[in-house]
Parts: sequence; structure tokens; C-alpha cells
Amino acid sequence: MSIQVAGVSKHFGAFEALHDVSLEIAPGELVALLGPSGSGKTTLLRVIAGLEVPDAGRILFNGDDATDRRVQEREVGFVFQHYALFRHMTIFENVAFGLRVRPRALRPGEPEIARRVLRLLKLVQLDWLADRYPHQLSGGQRQRIALARALAIEPKVLLLDEPFGALDAKVRKELRRWLRRLHDEIHLTSVFVTHDQEEALEVADRVVVVNKGRIEQVGTPEEVYDHPATPFVYEFLGNVNVIESEGGRDYVRPHEIEVTAGPQSGSLAALVDHAVKIGPVVRLEVSRRDTGENLEVELPRDRFDRLGVETGAVVWLRPRRSRFFPQSAPHEAKIA
Amino acid sequence: MASIASSAPLVRATARRRPVAWVPIVLVGVALAYLSLFLFVPLFAVFFEALRKGWGVYLAAIREPDAWSAVKLTLLAAAIAVPLNLVFGVAAAWAIAKFDFGGKSLLITLIDLPFSVSPVISGLIYVLMFGLQGWFGPWLAEHELKVVFAVPGIVLATVFVTFPFVARELIPLMQAQGREEEEAAVLLGANAWQLLWRVTLPNVKWGLLYGVILCNARAMGEFGAVSVVSGHVRGYTNTLPLHIEILYNEYNFAAAFACASLLALLALVTLVLKTAVESRQAREQRP
Repeated sequence: MSIQVAGVSKHFGAFEALHDVSLEIAPGELVALLGPSGSGKTTLLRVIAGLEVPDAGRILFNGDDATDRRVQEREVGFVFQHYALFRHMTIFENVAFGLRVRPRALRPGEPEIARRVLRLLKLVQLDWLADRYPHQLSGGQRQRIALARALAIEPKVLLLDEPFGALDAKVRKELRRWLRRLHDEIHLTSVFVTHDQEEALEVADRVVVVNKGRIEQVGTPEEVYDHPATPFVYEFLGNVNVIESEGGRDYVRPHEIEVTAGPQSGSLAALVDHAVKIGPVVRLEVSRRDTGENLEVELPRDRFDRLGVETGAVVWLRPRRSRFFPQSAPHEAKIA
Repeated sequence: MASIASSAPLVRATARRRPVAWVPIVLVGVALAYLSLFLFVPLFAVFFEALRKGWGVYLAAIREPDAWSAVKLTLLAAAIAVPLNLVFGVAAAWAIAKFDFGGKSLLITLIDLPFSVSPVISGLIYVLMFGLQGWFGPWLAEHELKVVFAVPGIVLATVFVTFPFVARELIPLMQAQGREEEEAAVLLGANAWQLLWRVTLPNVKWGLLYGVILCNARAMGEFGAVSVVSGHVRGYTNTLPLHIEILYNEYNFAAAFACASLLALLALVTLVLKTAVESRQAREQRP
């Protein structure tokens, strides 16, 4: 099912959480809402789910206006950051809940409920936990149960609010790959909220970068990373050097700077303050000789070794690629 | 600490070298002395005095018709007040913890009112409202209805005084549990009724029971408010606490203490139940 967000605004008191946001999500797509905390991404997700009522704008499912549809009737599966499993119910009952609360005429019989629940528990590879209670499970297991519970009602849309946010780094990585595979299997239109750029770039078909209640850019992971539309996107997705120049600022990624031992045309001299070796990559912290400005450069380990420079040496830098944003840019860049 | 008890010589040697732990000993001693003086001795005295003249006198005092009608009235007042405040408490706590609306803090303050007002004042309010000279007095007299100095007044006063117990117990518990489980249930298709019975209430059942036990204890033991509206009509508007006072004022100590022992027993049962519920709650609340 497609989702269309048309001109949605939402205030909480004086705080503007969403400002005239419009977005289209195609059927079967996996979209990430990416932004810093307080950017409005969770509010947008909750508006789509019907948990928040927008001040203005419409939400359309498959072209039908769903703005005034009750939460119960939206047929959305929702996964919370902190799982929100029913603590007094077994895992089986948690997953069965959505089927049990259906009106009598639509409620499947007990054997059918059991069959469906077990199928879902197998899908999330946790069928052996059916009789446990949520507090007996690990975070990663709980989140997979939450997903099975959301899928039990055969939702038309799956919404995930920071689904991996409460998990440790290793489980996070496993689970997001697993989610990507699951999505490739079931092709359910899915939207997930995250503040982790790596997660968004790795998992999503398309990334929606949100900042201060507005959408900064929508595009594939490659598009938003390689061609950031605004200074904010540049800074939020990956590291970037912001270089003051006439009438604006130049944005250069650390790995898009060429480092040489001697001067070249268009290069500038800098002092190596610090060289940090991180596995196959070396990060140089340098300061420009003319302005003293601090910059970050990243280069492959072997390239660094061939260069043969040490802390205190002078190197020459030339950006391979940079992007200029004039000072009067609509979104004032924040220097990280 | 437990390992000190095991007779490993090394451990014992360490224990001996430690300075004498007199601070805990003194503190525990003071606490015990205090408890004995103000709790155990009076409790013992109640049962001792009640049984001083033997079982016969004790049973006679309890079986006496006025005493028996006091017991029945006490049970009646509790039987009305507790369910009423249970329903109200759940409704108020649910509204306050799970919904946003204007005047929420005012509602919380109002719920606390019976705690902050002297019970005597609570009783007086009802006399002023429903007494013969009160606001509704003439209307009630016209329709031959009696509230003050009658059973309805006792029930009203009991309801008022015990009104915060369930709500007060549930509000912090529900607030701590947050709204996510309710949101999840609604997203899965649950209606408000299913939400209440399948998600909200099961999550607070021990807190709810705890509130009911406290509410009941207060309903049966209330003296001040009930005393004002009762009129002390023997065999008719006397609850157990009021009956005890009358007996005591008549120097009928054996009967007074016999009735008092019933309330003391209620207190003991309440304490046992409360402890049992608390331990269940603690076990289920663990993360």
C-alpha cells in the first residue's frame, strides 16, 4: 500500500514539531526517516499511525484519505523503541492479541490463532519462546516478538519507531540486516525512524532526512550521501570539513581530499597535528598554515604509509570534490 | 556477611578484629523499644483486656445485639464505599495517567482533599448539606428522607473519607508504566473496553488490590467523620468504632475491648494481606 503525507503540520504547545511536510512512499518500499532527536521524525511516524492528530494536512493510504480514520481501523503494524510488549502476557498471547480483540465475526478460531501465531514466531525464529514472559527475553528477542505481534494483524503498512535504538551495537547490526532480509521476503510498505545514519543508509531503499520539522532531502542512500542537498544533510550524513570562503562555505568530505608531500596547483599547505590509525584507514587532523583552521582528512592506510609523513610534518591538500553553499542558504549550516 | 556464620577460621579472625558494631545494635534496640512501647504493648493490652474476664464475657459482648448491629453497619458502609471508590479510583487514575486534558492537576488535588481535611470537617460538611438546617435539609424533610443521623449519612461520610486510597495507589503506578502498551493495543485493534480489561487492569492488579485493602481498612476503622453524622443512635447508626467509644464511656471495659479486638484483628489481617500483595507485586514488577 502507498502512503501519502500531504502538507502535514503539528504543534505541541509553542513547539513546531512538523512544518508543512509532504512525502510519498511507494508500495513495498522500505523508507528511513533520518534526523537528530527532536527533528520531528517520530511525530511524523505517529501521525501516519494515527497516534497523533495533525493540525493541518492529510494522510492518504492508497489514495484514500485516512486522516480521520481511527487508529484501530488503519491496519498499521507499529513497533516501539522500547518494545511495549504486554508484560503480563506470555509471548504467545502477545502475538495473539491482535487476533483475539477482533469482533467476533472476524475472529479466527482457536486452532487458527495458534497456527498463525506459531507461524509468525517461526518467521522471527523464536517459536521456542512461546510460553515465556517478556521480562525473560533479551532486548533483541523482545523486539523481534514486537515485530511478530505487529505483523499478526496482517497490516498494510509497517511503522517502526527507532526499532534498534535500545539495543547494543552488535545486536543492532544483526537485527537490521535481518529486518532488511525480512522486508525483501514480505514486501510490506515500511517506514522506520532512526537517528543513526549508518542504519538508514544500510537498510533503507530511500532515506528521508528530517530536520527541525522539515524534510531536507529525500533520495536513495547513494543520492543523499553523495549529493547532499543542504549543508545540514552534508553534516548529518558522515563527517565533513566546512571551509569558510568568499561569500559562503565549502563542504568537503575527509576522504575526498588528496594529500601530497609536495605542493601542487590549487593545493594548500597544512601541518599534521595528529594521525590516528583506525584499522585500514588513517585519520589526519591537520591545521591550515595560512588560517590555522582545523581540518580532517581520511586516507587509506597504504597511501599514508607511502606518503611517509609524521606528526609535525607539512603536507599539501587538494579537495577532489567539494560543494559550495552561499552564505544566504535557507538552512544556516551549523559547524560541527 | 553470611559467610561470617560459616565457621571458616580466617573469616572469624577478620570478624573479631573489626570494631564493635554498636551503632546498628543501638539503632535496632531503639526501634524495637519504640515499637514495643507504642505498638506491641497496646495491641497486647487490647486482647488481654478483652479476654480478662474469660471467653464467656468476650463472646457475650460480641453477640450483644447492639454490638452485632454495629458490626453489620460497619460491614455495610465498607461494602458500599469500597466498590464505589474502586470504580472511581480506576476511572480517575486511568484518566490522569493515560490521557491529557485541562485541569488535570486540579483533579489530582481534589482527589487528595479527603486526606488533607480533618475527618471531623468532612462529617460537618454533610451535616451542613443534608442536616435539618442544611442546604438540602428542608427538601429532604419534605420527602421524608433522612441522611444525617441515619445510615445514608454514615455511608456518605465513609465514601468521602476513603475516596483517595485506590486512585492514589494507582496513579503513580500507571504513570510509571507509561502509555506505550495501551498505544500498542489500540494499534492492534483493541477498543477502549478491551484496553481496560486486557491491558490496563491486569498490569495494575496488585496495586489495585493493595489500594482496596487500605481503603477497606480505613472504611471499617473510620471514626471522626462518621461520628459527626451518626448521632450515636444505638443499634441503628453506630458503627463498630463508635460502639466501642460508647461502651468505653460507660465503663464497660470488657465489652469495649472485646469489640476493639475485632478491629485489631482486622488490622492484623490487613497487614498480612498487604505484605503478601506487596511481595507479589515486587516479584511481578521486576524487569
